[in-house]
Amino acid sequence: MNGDHDAFTLGPLETGPACCVPQPAVQVRNLSLCYDGKTALDTITLDIYKGCITALIGPSGCGKTSFLSAINRLTDLIPRCSVTGRILIGGQDIHHPRCDIQALRRRVGMVFQKPVPFPLSIRRNLSLPLNEHGVTRKNEAAGIIERVLHDVGLWDEVHDRLDAPALSLSGGQQQRLCIARALALNPEILLMDEPCSALDPIASGVVEDLICRLQGRYTIVIVTHNLAQARRIANYAAFFWVRERAGQLVEFGRCQHIFESPRHELTAAYVNGNRG
Amino acid sequence: MMLSVSVRQRIRDFSLQSLMYLAVLLVSAVFVWLLADLVQGGMAHLSWAFLTESPRDAGRAGGIASILVSTLLILLIALAAAVPLAWATAVLLAEFVPIDSRFGSAVRFSLYVLAGVPSIVFGLFGNAFFSIYLGLGFSILSGGLTLACMLLPILTSTAEAGMRTVPDTYRLSAAALGMTRTTALIHLIFPAAAPVLAAGLLIGIGRALAETAALLFTSGYVDRMPGSLLDSGRALALHIFDLSMNVPGGDMPAYAAALVLVSLLLGINSLAMAFAHGLQRRCILT
Repeated sequence: MNGDHDAFTLGPLETGPACCVPQPAVQVRNLSLCYDGKTALDTITLDIYKGCITALIGPSGCGKTSFLSAINRLTDLIPRCSVTGRILIGGQDIHHPRCDIQALRRRVGMVFQKPVPFPLSIRRNLSLPLNEHGVTRKNEAAGIIERVLHDVGLWDEVHDRLDAPALSLSGGQQQRLCIARALALNPEILLMDEPCSALDPIASGVVEDLICRLQGRYTIVIVTHNLAQARRIANYAAFFWVRERAGQLVEFGRCQHIFESPRHELTAAYVNGNRG
Repeated sequence: MMLSVSVRQRIRDFSLQSLMYLAVLLVSAVFVWLLADLVQGGMAHLSWAFLTESPRDAGRAGGIASILVSTLLILLIALAAAVPLAWATAVLLAEFVPIDSRFGSAVRFSLYVLAGVPSIVFGLFGNAFFSIYLGLGFSILSGGLTLACMLLPILTSTAEAGMRTVPDTYRLSAAALGMTRTTALIHLIFPAAAPVLAAGLLIGIGRALAETAALLFTSGYVDRMPGSLLDSGRALALHIFDLSMNVPGGDMPAYAAALVLVSLLLGINSLAMAFAHGLQRRCILT
């Protein structure tokens, strides 16, 4: 899977310590989420550690995506969705009335299941969010664009056609562009909602390698239905299960423990493929 | 037995198809007949001078230059007043109000009703409100503003539909990148909806060009070249009506003027269809 994508270099590890020192980047406390009065997530308490990859696993409909969108308050956009409980990022409550939501979403980037490049040029896809966050000087933006395209391994593929429509890229390239777009804002945390599931196996492998390379520089929370992938890339895993239509956190721990010596029998059944 | 069933089915198929072809033929025949009649009647009178001279002798002689200018001015005023209002309403309905909200439904309902109001009623309203109450008199301004009221429903509903065709994933992605709604609207949603907005605009222009009744009591029918927006001015459709109904011997110029009007409408509708087609092919904006 690595192929010629092994060649790029990453910058110094600026954000966060190595992942073996668990230091919470996101603290979730008693988080509950209701759609139209119906509970979708039931009192989740969880720490997400700085610089690590945390995989959220569990069957469909157990609230993994809802949990993810609560972290950058994308749930605000969903009508009749209400969130209770607290989420602290770097010690700050994101539901505080004075929390700047634009700044929050700059700190917490998100990549969706299906790649969503805007119907603009490749360059404009990256410069539009940058301009929005005050990077208006052309040179500065161009530097960032080149850096993030290198980071996601797209630079060699697109550097001579940055003004081509982003929709002309292949699915895997589009998804890497979307990751680059999120990285361009220099986030601390990256939320990924099944970033590989809409891609073919080769493209999926490329994106997976990319996620591994981002480990340590960013705190990554990834939803995945691919247990083998979770096992390969994640440091921590959180297992969600659905009980009476409400998602609950069953077990959280080091990825190895979740997969090899789970404490809960549901977890054991799910990771061994007996349930779910 | 099997054979007879299949024969009966084939006869049914064939007759249904023939009926449909006949219907299509009739519909197109009406259009072709109308166009042929207009070309036959109007072509002889149509000339460069007809387009560049002002009418004389109540329109029997001369051309339609002043009429075209008045029509254009009325149209411009109507668009200048209606487009910002309609598009702002559409943004509110499509982007800020939940689709099933009471407020949105009430606004949409009032637009439907407005779309169904006969144009002569708009004319009377315009006369009472703009001409008399606001004291604008019979003028291009009151005509244009009356037309603006008529255009509101069509412009609003096309623009709302256009913005709803833009996938929600764009809005979510833009929000996830910390972009404000305004930025997303200006840089993503408006450009993506542009073909539909343009098509709606062209349909609106077509409506406005063809309007007669709403202008009868508002912009009046003085056929001089207008000196200002407060002058009365005669719209093209009204000119045709006046020539054919009130002016003995005005048939030839009426035909020629109708030919000009229909050519304009044809051109505008073709443009609108081209835009709509462009949308279907999901034009990629760079």
